[in-house]
Order: sequence, then C-alpha cells, then structure tokens
Amino acid sequence: MATKNAEAHAAVAKKYEWGFATEIEQDFAPKGLSEDTVRYISAKKNEPEWMLDWRLKAFRLWQTLEAPDWAKLNVPPIDYQDAYYYAEPKQKKTIASLDELDPEIRRTYEKLGIPIAEQEVLAGVEGARKVAVDAVFDSVSVATTFRAELKAAGVIFLSISEAIREYPDLVRKWLGKVVPQRDNYFATLNSAVFSDGTFVYVPKGVRCPMELSTYFRINAENTGQFERTLIVADEGAYVSYLEGCTAPMRDENQLHAAVVELVAMDDAEIKYSTVQNWYPGDENGVGGIYNFVTKRALCQGRNSKVSWTQVETGSAITWKYPSCVLAGDGSVGEFYSVAVTNNRQQADTGTKMIHLGKNTKSTIVSKGISAGRSDNTYRGLVRVAPTAENVRNFTQCDSLLLSDQCGAHTVPYIEVKNPSAQIEHEATTSKISDDQLFYAMSRGLDAEAAVALIVNGFAREVLQQLPMEFAVEAQKLLGISLEGSVG
Amino acid sequence: MLQIENLHAEIDGKEILKGLSLEVNAGEIHAIMGPNGAGKSTLGYVLGGRPGYEVTAGSITFNGEDLLEKEPHERAAAGVFLGFQYPVEIPGVSNVQFLRESLNAQRAQRGEKPLSGAEFLKLARAQADALGLQHDMLKRPVNVGFSGGEKKRNEMVQMGIIDPAFAILDETDSGLDIDALRIVGDGINRIMRRPDKAVLLITHYQRLLDYVQPDRVHVLADGRITRSGGPELALQLEREGYVGVGAEVAA
Repeated sequence: MATKNAEAHAAVAKKYEWGFATEIEQDFAPKGLSEDTVRYISAKKNEPEWMLDWRLKAFRLWQTLEAPDWAKLNVPPIDYQDAYYYAEPKQKKTIASLDELDPEIRRTYEKLGIPIAEQEVLAGVEGARKVAVDAVFDSVSVATTFRAELKAAGVIFLSISEAIREYPDLVRKWLGKVVPQRDNYFATLNSAVFSDGTFVYVPKGVRCPMELSTYFRINAENTGQFERTLIVADEGAYVSYLEGCTAPMRDENQLHAAVVELVAMDDAEIKYSTVQNWYPGDENGVGGIYNFVTKRALCQGRNSKVSWTQVETGSAITWKYPSCVLAGDGSVGEFYSVAVTNNRQQADTGTKMIHLGKNTKSTIVSKGISAGRSDNTYRGLVRVAPTAENVRNFTQCDSLLLSDQCGAHTVPYIEVKNPSAQIEHEATTSKISDDQLFYAMSRGLDAEAAVALIVNGFAREVLQQLPMEFAVEAQKLLGISLEGSVG
Repeated sequence: MLQIENLHAEIDGKEILKGLSLEVNAGEIHAIMGPNGAGKSTLGYVLGGRPGYEVTAGSITFNGEDLLEKEPHERAAAGVFLGFQYPVEIPGVSNVQFLRESLNAQRAQRGEKPLSGAEFLKLARAQADALGLQHDMLKRPVNVGFSGGEKKRNEMVQMGIIDPAFAILDETDSGLDIDALRIVGDGINRIMRRPDKAVLLITHYQRLLDYVQPDRVHVLADGRITRSGGPELALQLEREGYVGVGAEVAA
C-alpha cells in the first residue's frame, strides 16, 4: 500500500483558508470592561438615553452572574478585562456608495467571496436571485446593499445601531423581549456591550423580495464581537435570512457572544440560516473563537413558523441552542443542524422547542460529525406546557464518528405536561466505514474527497434546507473542515 | 497489460496469497475460479489497493507501471475498475453525484476536462438504458434499498460510465436471476470486449461464462494458480468439481 499517512499529513498541514488579517486603522474602546466601556460604546453610536440605561442595567446585572458550566465543554477561564469590546474601522463617517468603502475592507470581503456589490446570484438556477448583504466588520456595519429596493417593498433592513436611532419605537418594543437581559450570562453581557448587528422588519403581508444576509467577520486582535440581531415579521410576512461568519487566524482566543431574537406574528414565517466558519484553532487547540450565542424565536402569532438551519464547522468552542417558543396556536418550529468538530474543537449545541400553544408542531434534525480529538454534543429540550393540546414533535439525532479519539453525545430533555402530545425521538451513532471509503476511492476519489462525499450524504437532509447559494458553500466547507481527519 | 508475479499477500498477519503469478494481455478475458477461501476476493482487493491487504512479496505491473505504488484512486485513474461482490451503500449521495464526481476526479488526474452535468447525464442515461436500469435509480442514493440484482446491474452501469481499460469483476454473477445474468453478460461484452481492454472475471460457476466467453480459465486454490487452460477447463470444473481437477492439491 502506498502510504495513506503521507497524504493525511499533507492535508493536516493545510491551514485555515480564511486566516488572513486585514491591516486597517481601527478605533478601539479602552481595554477592559466597566460602566465606562458601556458608556463609550453607547456614546460612539450616538444612542438615545433609554438605550444607555438599558445597557447599564444589563451590565450591573451581569456583574452579579456567573458563567454557566452545565454544558459538556471544557472552557478555560476568560479574562473579561483583557479584551477590547469595541473596534471600529477608521473611515469617513457615512458612506454614500460602496465605492467609498475602505479598499482594504473591500478586499477582505472579496477574499471571502461575499457578494457585497449588488449582483445577481446563481443565475439560471432558480431564476436570478438577489441577496442583500449587511456586512459587519468587527463591530460596525459597513455597508448595506439593496437598500432602495427593500425600502420600496416596505422592508426595513438596517444595522441595529441605525435602527435604534431611526426606528426607536420598533426596536424598543421588541429588544430583549425574546431573549430577556437576565436570560443567561452571555446574553446579559451582550445586552451591555453589543456593538452592532442587524435589524429587520417585514411589514404585514409582505414577502421579502430577496434573501437578506449578514456577513460577520472578526478582524481586530482581542476584540469580542457582540452582535445583536432582531428580526420581526409582521402578520403574513415572510423573510429568509442568511448569516455567515469567518474570522482571521489568531493565537489568542476571541470571544463571540451574540444574541439573535426573532418574532413571527400571525401567519408569518422566518427562515434563518447560518453557516458558521469561525477560526477553530490549530490542531493543538491553540487559538480559535469562543462562540457563545443565544438565538431564540418567538412564534407569537397563530400559524406562524420559524425555521432554523445551521451548519457549524468553525469555532474552538460552540455553545449555542437556537430555540423556538411556540406561543401562537398552530405555530411551527424547525431546527436543522449540522455540527462538525475536528482536532480539539468542542461543540455543545442543539435546540429548545417550547410548546405553549395548541396544535403546535416542531421538527428537530441534528447531524453531528466528530473527527480528530473533538467532542460533539447534541443537547435539546422539548417542553410541552399543560395548556398545549395536540402537540407534535419529531426529533432525529444522528452522529457520525471519523476517528477513535473523538466523542459524540446526545442529551435530549423531554418534559411533557399534556397527555395529548405525540413526541418521537430517534438517535443513531455510526462510524464512517472502511467499506464506504474504499468503494468511493476505487471509483477515483482521493481519501479527502471520499470523506467529503460520504459526510455530505450524511448531512444531506439538513443541507437541503439551505438556500441554494449557501448549500454549495456549506458542502465545500464540510470537506475543508474535515481535511486530514482520515488516515 | 497486467503482469502478476509471485504475489504474496496477507491480512491481519494471515497469508492468503502464496506466490500467485498471472499474465493478462489486452484483448483477453480471463476467468478465475476456485473453492471458497482460496483467495479469489483477496486477489481482487489487492489489485484494487484495499487498505489492510498487505503485499509481502512479488509484484503487479499494469501497462508497464508498478500498480502497488499507487493509491486506490490512482489505480482507478490508470484504468483499473473493481466490480464489487457486495456493492456498498452510501446514504444521501445520489448515484449521479457519486459517479460524476468519481469520473471527473479520474479525468482530473489524467489531465482531462471535467464533464458538464448535461454531458454526464446523457452518458449515464445511455448506460442505464443499455443495462435495463430505470433512470430514477440514477437519482437514488448509491445502492441504498437496491435489490441484490439491482446492485450488480448498477456496478455494470458504473463500469459503462467509467469505461475502464481493465476490469476485475468479483462474483458479478452472484445474486442474479437468469434474465439479469444475460443482461449483465451482454454488458460485459459490450463494454469490455475490445482489443485494447481486458477483464478478470472472478466466479464460482460456469453460468456467467455461457454469456462471457473467457479466453483463459485459471483455478485458484490455496493462494496460487494451480491450473490454467482454455474455456473447456471451466466446463470440466462444472462436471467434476474442484477435486476432480486437482485444485485441492496444495503442491
């Protein structure tokens, strides 16, 4: 046998493809975390008084809290005073058009392949589709494309900082209503120091004419990225939202603690897709992003629907449970997840489906893929309140192991307080088989391509849920994330 | 085309092939027959490069190149096709996707342009038609939920699409009914019976050889070739059994 090891080693030597840092001048908040930091951020953003008060309240609360330790994660202590909480690319205050954007920032986005300039996406597949991008570079949203077309449809798509100034009533009505300030340690921290993020409002009966997208990228050293996203779909509205993330390679760990709140009114539907590709650290577990994120949807209205789809390939540590509170009668929650861990990565991810309304339905499909010496945990809660008649839930958790040193864990919590509920749970764990690998290789695929093909097949049910342009990217990412994992 | 000399191979430290020599020329079809446990499938796997099958002595030369130096996917690109006795299921991956990626990976290794989706689909449909495989089977996940006969037919569709120079077919006839046997036999003749191609048919029984006439027949017993002859040897085996032709003798 020619050596499989040599190939595996060559593949391991391949580095994180997005590990470049951009040299641009940045404005930092003073290092460390105090009320002054919170005031600095709020002042930088010209925020109204109520917003500052809201932040300060969160900060004072945060000081009384302790970081959660119930997840199956080994989290080194984080020194919150040894980080910057705000980094802003230095540039002219306002941008009239994309052409005025700092060329270095633009080049970064081009390297990432983000369609920041207006462009037709994937012509010929489903007709020309458009994606509007709100790009967050470190802490500031630098450009929002397609604004005019969205405005004509009545859709508000802005950075959250702008929304706080321009639509204070709307923001104030919903901010912190789905994820309250005291929800958890990281959500509280985010409430105090969130730097930017995205706000979307889709008015009654409007079907958002394009996919909305935010691309997050952490660039500056030692900055946490705390974005805040709020999406409200009014009665009968529909919106599909894409979130993509990358970060340059750094030796130090960078904290990312985002909060995403979704609200769906009667008959509204929100589809939220994430492809998370933060720097995972090197093969020894040095560096990488700590991704401690709180995402929750409130299906407030009757027959409303929220669908979360996530492909998680990056981050050193992932702690994330996109959830649905199914309050409206007949509302539907869905969670489709692929989580890949390689080398020393750790992921504890899953969902919570809280059934409050009658005839509410939820579907959970989780595909965990572990390689190297990583640990991958699915943690999920299905709760049926006493008032919730005729609830249905279907949960499927599949784990695929690619090495004999990795771990896959499934931790389902089921709390049913109403006897009419129908809850189904299926779980499987399998190892990628030598038969499959050899079969694929004997047809011409090298070891990496064979693994990527088999893994993509395993994750297919979830990948199918992604919008077309994201699905292609996600498939490639799965292959790249697992390079060097076989042999 | 293929020269195997004094091949010794073991799995988990147990020697299975014990000095096997064989030469196959372009334009020839050879049949390898032999009792269970003689090492027939091991020979197929060693030719395909399956990890775990360790060659301890001897050589395999394919078109002048050392085959043992190559990874399985490199052997495929060089023109070697292994038809599996038990074709493997790959859930979630459609036949079309699997074969297009495989074929284009081979073409890339040979410095050829990839086939477009449309070009590939045309090729795949023509091969499926020739082997009586429904087009919707091409869209289904690789071998998942296929009957034994469908799996074997699917192997032949793959062979037709990949169009190899040399095919090792490991008990392609097992699990086939009479009609399917004829279709598969016709497929082998159509795809592989060419002056520039060759086939190694590994089989237990004469019945496939009724449809695919071998030029040479070899008896493999206890890890080496104990007898070789023309097509009449297969008929003699069918009549007299392996004992009758001395295959049990580990000389």
